[in-house]
Amino acid sequence: MNHPLPPETSDAPLAPGERLPKAKREKLSPESVAKIQEIAARFPDKLAGTLPALYIAQKEFGFLSLGAMKEVAAALGVPEGHVFGVATFYTMFRKRPVGRYHFEVCTNLSCALNGAAELLQKVIDRTGARPGEGPTADGMWSVEEVECLASCGSGPCIQINHGVFDEFVDEAKLEAIIDACRRGETAAWGE
Amino acid sequence: MLRGAGDLDNWHLKVYEGRWEGYQGMKKALKMEPTAVTAEVKASDIRGRGGAGFRTGLKWSFMPKDTPERKHTRYLVCNGDEGEPGTFKDRAILEYNPHQLIEGMIIGGWAMQCRMGFIYLRGEFSWLIDKLEAAIQEARDAGYLGRNILGTGWDFDILTYRGAGAYICGEETALLNSLEGRRGEPRVKPPFPASVGAFGQPTTVNNVETLAAVAPILRMGGAEYAKLGTPGNTGTRIYGVSGHVKRPGLYELPLGLPLEFLMNDLAGGSSTGAKIKAVIPGGSSAPVFTAKDFDCPLDFDTVRARGSMAGSGGLIVMDERTCMVQATLRLIKFYAHESCGQCTPCREGCNWMEMILHRLEHGQGRPDDLDLLASLPPRINMRTLCPLGDAACGPMESMLQKFRDEFEYHVQHKTCMPGTRSILPAAALAAH
Ligand code: SF4
Ligand code: FES
Repeated sequence: MNHPLPPETSDAPLAPGERLPKAKREKLSPESVAKIQEIAARFPDKLAGTLPALYIAQKEFGFLSLGAMKEVAAALGVPEGHVFGVATFYTMFRKRPVGRYHFEVCTNLSCALNGAAELLQKVIDRTGARPGEGPTADGMWSVEEVECLASCGSGPCIQINHGVFDEFVDEAKLEAIIDACRRGETAAWGE
Repeated sequence: MLRGAGDLDNWHLKVYEGRWEGYQGMKKALKMEPTAVTAEVKASDIRGRGGAGFRTGLKWSFMPKDTPERKHTRYLVCNGDEGEPGTFKDRAILEYNPHQLIEGMIIGGWAMQCRMGFIYLRGEFSWLIDKLEAAIQEARDAGYLGRNILGTGWDFDILTYRGAGAYICGEETALLNSLEGRRGEPRVKPPFPASVGAFGQPTTVNNVETLAAVAPILRMGGAEYAKLGTPGNTGTRIYGVSGHVKRPGLYELPLGLPLEFLMNDLAGGSSTGAKIKAVIPGGSSAPVFTAKDFDCPLDFDTVRARGSMAGSGGLIVMDERTCMVQATLRLIKFYAHESCGQCTPCREGCNWMEMILHRLEHGQGRPDDLDLLASLPPRINMRTLCPLGDAACGPMESMLQKFRDEFEYHVQHKTCMPGTRSILPAAALAAH
């Protein structure tokens, strides 16, 4: 009998056997290294700099390749294994490339009750990106289903590039968002 | 706490001081003995607004008074990792009223003689962090934070920290791990954070809303504050209403008002025209209420006595056309996704429940699936390191119990009950 497996989450750290994708460039800029060290120094323990440092690296490279993680470990002076463990634990650290505009649609219950499913479908139709499948061929779009974004009273809501946040998104608003992205009015990576 | 919410300028220090008696509570507190400040909070009898409803004054008093052998560091940590489906109250405070939180933290810092406070925010709130930092800087410039605060000789400062998308970091020990730059995995207790917390030092972790309530408590006096709400459930709290209501949003009310009043009178009742079938009264981990419980007063004790939890104060309202199997699947998917994986009952149990619900939803349910499903929560509940496992059991057990007919219909007819409509994304489901 063919038992359906639980749906795979698109942000699962890495599938068994999957290699981390290589990045074109993965040397942290001296400014980023300095910033990482400055932030780490604010805390009682430099390890606390790990999350902020990973954000800095992610902003610079777009996603966290193995090389980027190694760079972070070197900049902080902490074990590489630690950085790898942390980066793969948290969903907001991207282990794979995303599109220039990365749509995160909340499909959790409150948003679902107010039409998140239709909204996700529209994003898929309009951009051609599919959840969990990486960026479209032109590198413009990617889309992902995410868990609650703490905006349940104004759902359905979408977050773009972890930064720009939109609530009460209906069809007209989605059109406007996509057009704004096309015109480059929404910051890429958005951090 | 919601004063000025919606007004984009409200977050500035000058507005907070000019319009809302800002920092008066702090000034009063700094003239008092630290223990007297804790006593004032105890007198208010306020209970933590993060979910568990533990008495805040008592929690504060757990902090060791003298720690000479340590490097004299005690920390106050603000838990801003709001991520429970249905809960969206802290964001409003952070966005519109950050100074009230900062003031509350300074008061708490003084009461427990901390040198440093941290505000841990969920990663998705990146856009809020800048605003919060600007507010903290304003407080520093006014001499409320930093060295020798208002000539008391006491130093205190606040740092922000951004998580990276893990719901479990809302659990206090997981939050501390995350704050230390580690994986956000809950720790074994004891030791409790009050003795070994952030960076190995004594630490108190409070929710955003709790800390924001501290300034009014000091300003009004604890006894006066305790007159709000009902005895044992004092003060106001922010309820977030979402789902099928006409006016979803945040409502700040004294504790103890009935659910119906909030849902029908304030939030406008059903937005779809269909009758309301079920309400989750306290964030997604609370067992579901049906119509016979809609008269329940919203305080910690009565909601518990009726078999649910006031939790985080998030109400999710579902109309008659909502398929409860789908609603349950969506919630359990969340818990399965967010399990940190340390405990087998939680990691495997949540995934197992999701798997069974998934096949029910896809018309592949088997006759004994419902009994199997019912047998899982007792095997997870109270058998895990942190409450996430229990949190998944709340909705699972109550949905199955109260809407068993819908689950049975799914097994027998391999589809949703007539009259319900799908709330799950077809595309995403098909892709799996
Ligand atoms: S109950 Fe679940 S989330 Fe909590 S520690 Fe265990 S595995 Fe992790
Ligand atoms: S359920 Fe979508 S933001 Fe909370």
